[in-house]
Amino acid sequence: MRNYVNSLIDGLFPLFATLAALAVGAVMLLLLGANPLVGFGALLQGAFGSPNAWADTAVKATPLLLVGLGICIAFRSGVINIGGEGQMIMGALASISLGLSFPSAPGIIIVPLALILGFVAGAIWGGIPGFLKARFNVNEILSTIMMNVIAVQFMNMLLRGVLIDQNQLGAAKIPQTARLSTAFDLPRLVPTRLHLGILLAVLLAFLVYYFLWRTTVGYKIRAVGLNRFASRYAGIKVEQYMVLSLLLSGAFSGLAGAVQVYGVTHFMITDGTAAGFTGSAGFNGIVAALFGQLHPLGTIPASFLFGALLVGANQMQRATQVPAALITALNGLVVVFVVSSEIYRQQRVRRRAIAEMKKQEALASQTKG
Amino acid sequence: METVLELRDITKQFPGVLANDHINLTLNQGEIHALLGENGAGKSTLMNILYGLYQPTKGEIFVRGKKVELHGPGDAIRAGIGMVHQHFMLIPVFTVTENVMLGEESVKVGDMLDRQVAAKRIKEISDRFGLQVDPNAMVGDLPVGVQQRVEIIKLLYREADILIFDEPTAVLTPQEADALFEIMHSLTSQGKSIIFITHKLREVLEAADRISVIRRGKKVGEADPKTANQQSLADLMVGRAVALEVEKNPVKLGAVHLEIKALHVSNDANHETVKNVSFDVHGGEVMGIAGVQGNGQTELVEAVTGLRPITSGTIKLMGDEINHASPRQITERGLAHVPEDRQRDGLVLQFPITDNLALQEYYRPPYSQGMVMQDDYILKHANELIKEFDIRTPNAITPAGALSGGNQQKVIVARELTRPIKLLVASQPTRGVDVGSIEFIHDQILARRDQGCAVLLVSTELDEVMKLSDRIAVMFDGKVTAIVERSAVTKEQVGLLMAGASLQEALGDTAEKA
Repeated sequence: MRNYVNSLIDGLFPLFATLAALAVGAVMLLLLGANPLVGFGALLQGAFGSPNAWADTAVKATPLLLVGLGICIAFRSGVINIGGEGQMIMGALASISLGLSFPSAPGIIIVPLALILGFVAGAIWGGIPGFLKARFNVNEILSTIMMNVIAVQFMNMLLRGVLIDQNQLGAAKIPQTARLSTAFDLPRLVPTRLHLGILLAVLLAFLVYYFLWRTTVGYKIRAVGLNRFASRYAGIKVEQYMVLSLLLSGAFSGLAGAVQVYGVTHFMITDGTAAGFTGSAGFNGIVAALFGQLHPLGTIPASFLFGALLVGANQMQRATQVPAALITALNGLVVVFVVSSEIYRQQRVRRRAIAEMKKQEALASQTKG
Repeated sequence: METVLELRDITKQFPGVLANDHINLTLNQGEIHALLGENGAGKSTLMNILYGLYQPTKGEIFVRGKKVELHGPGDAIRAGIGMVHQHFMLIPVFTVTENVMLGEESVKVGDMLDRQVAAKRIKEISDRFGLQVDPNAMVGDLPVGVQQRVEIIKLLYREADILIFDEPTAVLTPQEADALFEIMHSLTSQGKSIIFITHKLREVLEAADRISVIRRGKKVGEADPKTANQQSLADLMVGRAVALEVEKNPVKLGAVHLEIKALHVSNDANHETVKNVSFDVHGGEVMGIAGVQGNGQTELVEAVTGLRPITSGTIKLMGDEINHASPRQITERGLAHVPEDRQRDGLVLQFPITDNLALQEYYRPPYSQGMVMQDDYILKHANELIKEFDIRTPNAITPAGALSGGNQQKVIVARELTRPIKLLVASQPTRGVDVGSIEFIHDQILARRDQGCAVLLVSTELDEVMKLSDRIAVMFDGKVTAIVERSAVTKEQVGLLMAGASLQEALGDTAEKA
C-alpha cells in the first residue's frame, strides 16, 4: 500500500512542478499588468475549450510525440540527436515528392508509401551523423545541427526549383509546392482538423515501448546508453547500436515531417527557415521526450501538454494582450521546474531503495541470529 | 593517558533502519583506534556523525571532556576533528599548496593569497611527520599514495589533532599501505590521535593500538591487537565462525585450456605494458598472477578476454586461436570473466539484477526467442541464482547499483560461473568485498577448478593469490619474471619477486623452476 502511494507521488512530481512553473508564470502576468486568472482561463479555453480546441491540441502534439519517440531511442542509447528539424524536413520533402509525382495514383497506395518514404529519408539523415560518429568519432551534437542547416537549404533549393508550383512560375515566384491531391489527405477522425496521424503516433509510442523494453535490440540499446564498457564486455557492438539508434531517431522525425505534410499542410512553403515548416517541433520534441522522462509512454502526455500550451497561447494573447513570447518563456519555466524536480524524485527513489535493503538485511540477520 | 574523544550512546535512526545502536567509543591521545566492520555495518554513519554530516538521533560527543554539538564539517574542524576520505577531495590541476589553502584563503579585503608562507608551513608539516610532499607539485601528477598524504596535510594545516581515516588503504598498493602505517605511527608519536576505519583484518592487527568491532549498527566488542588474531576478529565481525583458510583438494590436472605465447600488448597510451609473456593454464588448476598493480596484469586480462587488441603473439583457448576474436566469440568458446572493475565492466548499474544476470546470454534461448526477451524466464532464473548465491537484495528487480559491493560481485560471479565454462578469468574477485562474501566467492572459484575448469586468477592481494593458486606467475614491468609452484614458495619470497627480484635472488639456492 505504501509502495503504491509512493509511486503515485513519484508519478505526480512533474505535475507539481508544472503547477509551480504556472505560479511563477502568474507572477509574470501580474507584472505585465494582466490578470493571471483571465490569462490561464483563456489558455485552458484555447487548448481544451471546445472539440476544435481539443483537436488542435492533438494536431500540435502529433509531431512532438513522433519526434519525441525518436529522441527516447537516441538518448536511451547515450547519443544526442539535435537534428530533428532537418530530419523532419527531409522526411517531408521525400514524401511530398512522391505525392506530387503521381497525382492521380490511388491514395491507399501513395499515402502509406509516402509515410514510409518519409521514415526512410529521416533515417538516412539521422544515420549519416551516426555513421560519422561510429567511424570517425565525429561529435553527433555538432553533426546533427549541421545537417539541419543543410536540410533547410536543400528545402529552399527544391521549393524554388523542381518542386515549385507551376502556377507560381509566371507570377510572384513564391517558393511553394502545389497542393497535394485531396485524395492523399490523411483521413480525419472527426469533423475537425484532427487527422489519423495522432493515432499512428500513439500506436508507435506503444511499439517503441515494446521495442526498448521487451526486445533484445532494445536491451542492447539501453545497455549501451547506460554503460558502454559493460556492453562491450557483454559482446555488444557498441558503435553499431549507436548508429542504429540515431538512424531510428531520425526515422521518427522524418515520419513526423511526412505526417505534417499529409495530415496538416498538404503543401510545402518556405520562408527560408526550418521553423517555417516544422514550427520547431524538431526541438520541442526533445523537450517533450525529456519531460516524459525519456519513456515513450510518458512522452504521450508530455506532448499533449506542450501541444496545449502552444494552442492555448494564442487565446491567452488575445484575452490579456500579453506578448506570445511569454508563452515561450512559460514553456521554458515548465521544463526547468520539471527537470529540477526530477533530481528530487530520483533521490526519493534511491532513499527508499536503500532503506528497503537495510530493512531486509536487518530481517535476514534476525532470522539467522 | 588523556581521553581526547568520547562518543556516548550514539544512536542514528534512518527511516526503517537503525544504522547506529547505542555506540560507545573512546579515543585516547596518541593512539590508533581501529573501527572494524563489514561494509554496511554502520562505520561510515558513525564517522559522518562525528564529522558533523549527520545529526545523531540520540547520544553525545565529548572532545577533551567538553560536550560538543557538530552541525557541519566546519564545527568538526573547529573541534580539531579532520577526516581523510576514501575518495580524495583534491583538485588535480592545482598545486599541493593551492589545494591545502583552498577554503582557508584569507578573506580580508586587499589581502592577497600568500602562497610562499603557506608553502613554507606545508614543508614544515611535511618534514615534521615524514610525509615527503613537495608543496609545489601539481596534485594530478602525484601517485595515489602521495595524494593521500596531501589530504593528511590539509588536516594538519588546519590543526586537527583527531584524524579519521576512512578505508585509507582501499586505493593503495601493499607498499603504499605500509608507508601509510608508518606515517600514522609518526603522527601518533607526536600527539595526534587516529580513528582508522577498515574491514581488512591484517591491517588492524598491523597498525592499531586498540580495535572496536561493529556489526549491524552495534559495537559487538573490543580487542587488543597483541592478543587477537585474524580468525577471532573475523568471527566477531561477521557474527559466526568464518573459514579464513580454504581446504583445497589435490590438483587433478587436465589438458591445456589456455595457452599464451610471446604475447605483446600495449595500453591506451600506446605504451607496451605486456612484454613477451608466455604461459599455459591447465584444466583443474588455478594459475595466480601476482604483481603490484600496474605491472601489465590489466592489459593481459583484457587481451585474453578480447577487450584489447594484441600487438603480437598468440592466445589459444581450448586449442583454438583467439588472437583477434571478439568478446562474444571468446565467451561462446567457454570464457567466464569476473572483471577487475565490476561497476565499469561487469554490471549495468541502473539495470535490475534480472537484466544484469542475463548480460552474457540475453540473445539466445531461453533468455529470448527471436528478438523478444523472455522476461518470465529471466525473472525465474534470477530468483534461482539469488537464492543459490545468497545475493542480499529486496527482490530481483532491484537495480544492481543499489546493492552493496559484495552483493554486486555475487551477481557477476553467479552470472559467470553458472555457464558451462572452460576458462575462468577472475580479476581482483574480492576487492572491496566483505569477509563473508570473500569466503563464498573463493569457494565458488575452487569448486569450478575441481570440476576441471582452468582458472586464471589476477589479484594484487598477495594473501589471496597464495591462498587459491596452484601455480603462481609473477608479473613485473610487463614481463612474467617467474612461474613457481605455490607449494614451493613462501609469501615473502613471492613478495620479493613482485618487487622485481630475480628467481635466484628471491629463492636463493633452493630455486626450482616449475
